[in-house]
Amino acid sequence: MENNTDTEFLESLADKEYEHGFVTNIEMDILPPGLNEDTIRFISAKKNEPQWMLEWRLKAYNAFLKMELPTWQNFKMPEMNFQGISYYAAPKNTPKYNSLDEVDPELLATFEKLGIPLNERKKLLGVKDDEADVITDEDGNVSERPLVAIDAVFDSVSVATTYKEELKKHGIIFCSISEAIQDHPELVKEYIGSVVPQTDNIFAALNSAVFSDGSFVYIPKGVRCPMELSTYFRINAENTGQFERTLIIADEGAYVSYLEGCTAPQRDEHQLHAAIVEIVAHKDAEVKYSTVQNWYPGDKDGLGGVYNFVTKRGICKGANSIISWTQVETGSAITWKYPSVILQGDNSYGEFYSVAVAKGKQIADTGTKMIHIGKNTRSRIISKGISAGNGQNSYRGLVSIGAKADNARNFTQCDSMLIGDRCGAHTFPYIDAKNPTATLEHEATTSKIGEDQIFYLNARGIDTEKAVEMIVNGFAKEVLNKLPMEFAVEAQKLLAVSLEGSVG
Amino acid sequence: MLSIKNLHARVEDKEILKGLNLEVKAGEVHAIMGPNGAGKSSLASVLAGRENYEVTEGSVTLDGKDILEMAPEERAREGVFLAFQYPIEIPGVSNINFLKTALNEIRTHRGLDPMTAKEFLQKSKEKQALVEFDAKLVNRSLNEGFSGGEKKRNEIFQLAMLEPKLAILDETDSGLDIDALRIVSRGVNKLRSENNAFILITHYQRLLDYIVPDYVHVLSDGKIVKTGGKELALELEEKGYDWLK
Ligand SMILES: Nc1ncnc2c1ncn2[C@@H]1O[C@H](COP(=O)(O)OP(=O)(O)OP(=O)(O)O)[C@@H](O)[C@H]1O
Ligand SMILES: [Mg+2]
Repeated sequence: MENNTDTEFLESLADKEYEHGFVTNIEMDILPPGLNEDTIRFISAKKNEPQWMLEWRLKAYNAFLKMELPTWQNFKMPEMNFQGISYYAAPKNTPKYNSLDEVDPELLATFEKLGIPLNERKKLLGVKDDEADVITDEDGNVSERPLVAIDAVFDSVSVATTYKEELKKHGIIFCSISEAIQDHPELVKEYIGSVVPQTDNIFAALNSAVFSDGSFVYIPKGVRCPMELSTYFRINAENTGQFERTLIIADEGAYVSYLEGCTAPQRDEHQLHAAIVEIVAHKDAEVKYSTVQNWYPGDKDGLGGVYNFVTKRGICKGANSIISWTQVETGSAITWKYPSVILQGDNSYGEFYSVAVAKGKQIADTGTKMIHIGKNTRSRIISKGISAGNGQNSYRGLVSIGAKADNARNFTQCDSMLIGDRCGAHTFPYIDAKNPTATLEHEATTSKIGEDQIFYLNARGIDTEKAVEMIVNGFAKEVLNKLPMEFAVEAQKLLAVSLEGSVG
Repeated sequence: MLSIKNLHARVEDKEILKGLNLEVKAGEVHAIMGPNGAGKSSLASVLAGRENYEVTEGSVTLDGKDILEMAPEERAREGVFLAFQYPIEIPGVSNINFLKTALNEIRTHRGLDPMTAKEFLQKSKEKQALVEFDAKLVNRSLNEGFSGGEKKRNEIFQLAMLEPKLAILDETDSGLDIDALRIVSRGVNKLRSENNAFILITHYQRLLDYIVPDYVHVLSDGKIVKTGGKELALELEEKGYDWLK
């Protein structure tokens, strides 16, 4: 057989169905498509917001009207009909719930089906409840499943947040942002928009005007959050956009590890997801933010799929603070996202670890910005791009060293893996150094998944599909290792599944 | 066990194997020698099922089963093992997890339960000792950054773990230092049994001092042109291959 048979095989394996493509049938309150001041007033009123919040939204809306779509990305921006989207969709009969028992069983079942447990384990750490409370890794080592508190967002509203009471004992606030606006307005007022300004880009402006829900986290001084915090986003309704907003504040010496997951039903039209995440780390604080992004990617011909235009940014405000982004991006028709860190405090440290998959007709344009302002600030960027089918994967990164950032250091590594002949990998590393004491290192590699590597594994009894899975997971290992363990296992499976359709 | 009849194979329109015959019985060790470019590695590749080789004529059976019809992984599960002349590096894939996956695929094929982590580690320790394989290498990424000799020794460690029926060693001795050669040979000798067979592809008579073959074959221009006992290797060492043409 000739080489191109292998290549065809690599590209031909049947299209794997998107696992999370089902639709939940539940009665919804849906705002008809359209965007104007009244839309914003409606959303704000629905959420009983104070006047200042409404005004903040309207200001963002006015800015949005004057802004243009960006043009610098490495793909043709699809046409966006902002009037064709519904900006609010919420399950009916979801007044404020007081306990999980009041949440619509259909919703609980939906999250169950997605593998998101919304029940709270009664027992505390250290006591094993049953099988479900332990995880077994690939070497057969058994460890206790860490407790995870979850905020579940369904279309435009948060439907449940678990372990709130337990967290409250430590002074930790973990709730939906809508609740935070009601219950902690001083914190929201102080920090919202302080890291991602309303006018940062058109999607940020839109989000600031119409954001529906999202999570809010505050960790007080000196507190180490005793469990993982997590938000799970689910788009369900047709023709709606998802505009969630997350705000995480770690006060002096605080620590938190936060996870975000997301899925959407399989639909033929594109859905817009324009989220904002803002992180503030004060002196000596550390925030780890991990994402496993699995929005519906569209079918193999590019029909449907989520447009994922997200602005994520953290600020290391105080000295010695740390912000770490880890992302595994396997879903969405288009991913446009650059989780960044502003290194303002002296000796602060920012990290970006990313695996992005682009297969079928998917486009991933992702990377990071590390803005060094304080002295002795350090940053590390590890980007692994996997392209298959007709997928196009771009890494775009900026390392900026301010005039006062003495002895700043950055290390950047961009590795690309190509599977098949029709995909592409591109890297756009930008450097802007205004201080001569900076140390900057950059490494980049591009490799084709080797037929020799596959054959080697075949010759040991491992079939091609599994061989590719092993090689890809090996390639992404450095990033997967950064995820909390049980998510690392999930992410490995997800990578395997997401490539099943395109490799062989 | 292995029966190769009139095997013709080509790669990119170039005929490499031109009517090769070979019979290997259980318990035997066959050495294959021959000039560079004669087709020795090609024969190994065809037996293991590398896709860029096209078999145009002839048959290959293993215990009566036509292996040419099988995908490479099926052949491996049926008990064919190729120790590569140039083992490939696979970054990030741990040697031990790779072996566990491989072993369990083979076991499943044979109707056995997958090994538990504990059983597997036990077996791995035994085999490491048997072929004197450095424990540090077991947990590294598969062949990544291994020296040439370490890669060859890893092939033998895998051989010990997977316990194939038919092992084909393609120049496993090249690149081994004298001590390593002795150790690897000792390992192979311990692995020899009534139920398995070895094909040793080599350029050096020295290997055959350690692993004594039942037959020595000369492969030249895609065919076996001479077969003899172990003394043939000595004769080749002295006279080269020209006299056989
Ligand atoms: N992909 C290929 N395309 C073209 N020719 C090839 C290809 N692979 C092998 N060959 C040729 O086939 C012939 C046999 O090669 P092979 O590697 O089997 O020789 P060998 O007997 O193992 O030699 P050595 O002793 O040097 O290892 C050589 O002439 C080689 O160039
Ligand atoms: Mg050879």
